[in-house]
Amino acid sequence: MDALDGNAIGGLLQEVFGADMTAAVGTCAFCGRVGPVAETVVYLRAPGTVVRCRTCGNVLMVLVEVRSRKCVDLSGLAALQAS
Amino acid sequence: MEGTAVRGRLTWQVATVSQLVDETATVRTIDLQVPDWAGHQAGQHLDIRLTGDDGYRAERSYSIASAPGEPLAITVERLEDGEVSPYLTEDLRQGDQFELRGPIGLYFTWDRARDTGPLLLVAGGSGVVPLRAILRYRERTGSTTPARLLYSARTLPDVIYHDELDRYNHDHGVDVIYTLTRQQPPGWTGRTGRVNAAMLADIAWPASQNPLTFVCGPTSFVEAVADALVGLGYPAGRVKTERFGATGAPGGP
Repeated sequence: MDALDGNAIGGLLQEVFGADMTAAVGTCAFCGRVGPVAETVVYLRAPGTVVRCRTCGNVLMVLVEVRSRKCVDLSGLAALQAS
Repeated sequence: MEGTAVRGRLTWQVATVSQLVDETATVRTIDLQVPDWAGHQAGQHLDIRLTGDDGYRAERSYSIASAPGEPLAITVERLEDGEVSPYLTEDLRQGDQFELRGPIGLYFTWDRARDTGPLLLVAGGSGVVPLRAILRYRERTGSTTPARLLYSARTLPDVIYHDELDRYNHDHGVDVIYTLTRQQPPGWTGRTGRVNAAMLADIAWPASQNPLTFVCGPTSFVEAVADALVGLGYPAGRVKTERFGATGAPGGP
């Protein structure tokens, strides 16, 4: 399956963060790339949603829904700044 | 002016189909009435949720086809293996209802007041939908921003919004360039083959004019175009991209 990009999870992220995050700027905790969430690499069909850095492939975010609860792992991000 | 879009919680709303227009053999535009629609920006998308009689739910994302200020519309391409698009393009009737939420995304948007520089729009297949919203918005607001659309389609009958785009081309200061990748009609004098670096070098605004680019299409198409533009000296930050999955929807499968 093709990887998508951060635009594809705009609705999901807005649900989680309460604001648009596609234009938010994230910093990869591994390589330091700084860029909009819209430009990340997104895989939707894993057990959850996996968001990777476009430069180094590091996992930036994992979002999983378990019994209607959304679990969010942001440990691959050094920073995430909403516009 | 990003404040015109909804910030904060997204809620599912009921949309009613007000009109259906066939664009091509496999593509249909669906006009929707949503009582509490907060308005949208050019380039945004929305999520649709269909619920079966047995409670099974499927969600998809679709780009908004209409300009800000126009009634809400989406344009959907039927995918042979699709779970949702065959329903939307074949079974849906005027007056039918389904749930949606939006508008979504403030990245892949064009705002005539905020964004300066000529526009380069590059579409692969149904990736033309959000770019059409941008062109309609440009026209509605009387913008004089120069714009070029490079649109890659398999064949001429696969070109979505063909009449409207031709009209822009002749009357509205927009250059529309088609490239047909699979089959060309007899006497075709337009471009053929996939978008590549040489074609972009020919069509794209010089990087010195500080163009703003929107690229939308299947993932492989978008990556090839974005890489070629950066190779032409376009700063990555001025090339906005949106990738469609193999399922055709920006929100993917």
